[in-house]
Amino acid sequence: MDLSEHLFRREAGRMVSTLTRIFGPQNLALAEDVVQDAFCRAVEVWKFRGVPDNPSAWLMTAAKNRALDVLRRERTARTYEPELNRLLQSEWTLASTLQERFSEHAIKDDQLRMMFSCCHPRLSEEAQVALILHILCGFSVREIASAFVSGHAAIEKRITRAKKVFVKSDLFDVSETDNVAQRLPAVHRALYLLFNEGYHGASPEMAVRRELCREAMRLMSLFLRDPLQAMPATHALAALMCLHAARMPGRLDAAGNLSSFNDQDRSKWDRGLVVEGLRLLELSATGSELTEYHVEAAIASIHATAPRPEDTDWGRIVSLYDALTSLRPSPIVALNRAIAIAQRDGPEAGLETIRTTIDNERLAGYPFYHATLGELELRCGRCDVAREHFEASLVLARNPTERQFFEQRIAACTASGRTPMEANETQ
Amino acid sequence: MSDFTFLYRGRETNLSPEQMQRTMEKWSAWFKELSAKGHIRDIGQPLEHTGKVIAGKQKTIIDGPFAEAKDVVGGFTLVEAIDLDEAVELSKGCPILEIGGSVEVRPIQKSTM
Repeated sequence: MDLSEHLFRREAGRMVSTLTRIFGPQNLALAEDVVQDAFCRAVEVWKFRGVPDNPSAWLMTAAKNRALDVLRRERTARTYEPELNRLLQSEWTLASTLQERFSEHAIKDDQLRMMFSCCHPRLSEEAQVALILHILCGFSVREIASAFVSGHAAIEKRITRAKKVFVKSDLFDVSETDNVAQRLPAVHRALYLLFNEGYHGASPEMAVRRELCREAMRLMSLFLRDPLQAMPATHALAALMCLHAARMPGRLDAAGNLSSFNDQDRSKWDRGLVVEGLRLLELSATGSELTEYHVEAAIASIHATAPRPEDTDWGRIVSLYDALTSLRPSPIVALNRAIAIAQRDGPEAGLETIRTTIDNERLAGYPFYHATLGELELRCGRCDVAREHFEASLVLARNPTERQFFEQRIAACTASGRTPMEANETQ
Repeated sequence: MSDFTFLYRGRETNLSPEQMQRTMEKWSAWFKELSAKGHIRDIGQPLEHTGKVIAGKQKTIIDGPFAEAKDVVGGFTLVEAIDLDEAVELSKGCPILEIGGSVEVRPIQKSTM
């Protein structure tokens, strides 16, 4: 039997969550050791005897047995949860409690609990995301650093600090409805940022980015199963993820290069995900709360359902960006709004919007800011100005795929410069 | 053809879950290849890393083996090869080498010379 892809990484998140629930957050390092030990055993045994029929169950049992060993041996050496201390008095209660704690349902709860716990208010958003990736998704510090194109030392510091806060706090109580409602926005935000890092992030490897998106969606699905957690915003965020992920396969052309939005091969979009996204978007339309996820999902749904770029309802998109600007203003939202205005009213209007609404200093380091200016200038027929903007974006390119894309746009400026008539015809 | 024992030393401790899985897959692939070429007499067994060592006339029993993690034998395989050179060549594909471990190739003594 072959192992399914990333099985170990995923099981790591499940096992650490459950073991931390058993040992208490102060013993996170112990939980991680037990998991590491289970993997070592798995590799050692499976290489000789083959992968068992149910590798997940095998790993969980290995972790459970090891946890029992630890609890028996270190009964007094460590402090556990008061509840567990009581159970430790008797061998019978210990074994049966652990059995229950390793049930499929309990493990799911433990992952949710862990997700809420990782989004501790004392941690920055970046730290929450890093902690989720590390604990719940089983990524090592090195793997996170490479996915975020960030220094190993910086990520390590971030995670070490976050763990210090984590081990000193209680695990989040997911049965307290008020607490859940209070912390849910932070959890949503962390999953949104995780997804965005995969979708728009700087990692040069498409496989890595796709994996980050998939992880965000996997964690998201844990919420959807639970009626207590599945608020309208939860459905909206899940819809947003589906509708974006549906379009991911179209972002690269046959040669593996980044294609601009209008040139994407829409037949490559994942119809199943579009349908699922629209279903979730419908579910999100209850209650009185309108979140940025609702608006972003609505924008994504317009793109995902337009058969051709020219079928896009840009007027509606502009008004949705207006709504987003009042909900959560950001330079990137302002830039996207300007692009939508350019699509609706022409490139000059788009440029004018950028000039009047965007603080260009805050976007000066963002390659696609310059590329947008380039694209709009090019559509106005000012090829030389356009080329300068694309050259600025080329300097800022964060990976080879982006670099290649901007080079291709510079080449387009040169080509249009030579044949101005043709360039005008494509307007 | 002669018989050999491959003794594997070293442990895959400091790897991420993803790397662990990769390692596991490499071992499967390596054993599959050796087996397809008819070199596996017995795939062997994994060994626990600790046990007891019984020593001397006094039959002293101690916890053991006392060795660095990298020196403890973690498993063995019985391999068939033309000669020691070929057995050594085969051992070079062992994934344990990638994590700083070692393979000890020991010819099994023949009953007649």
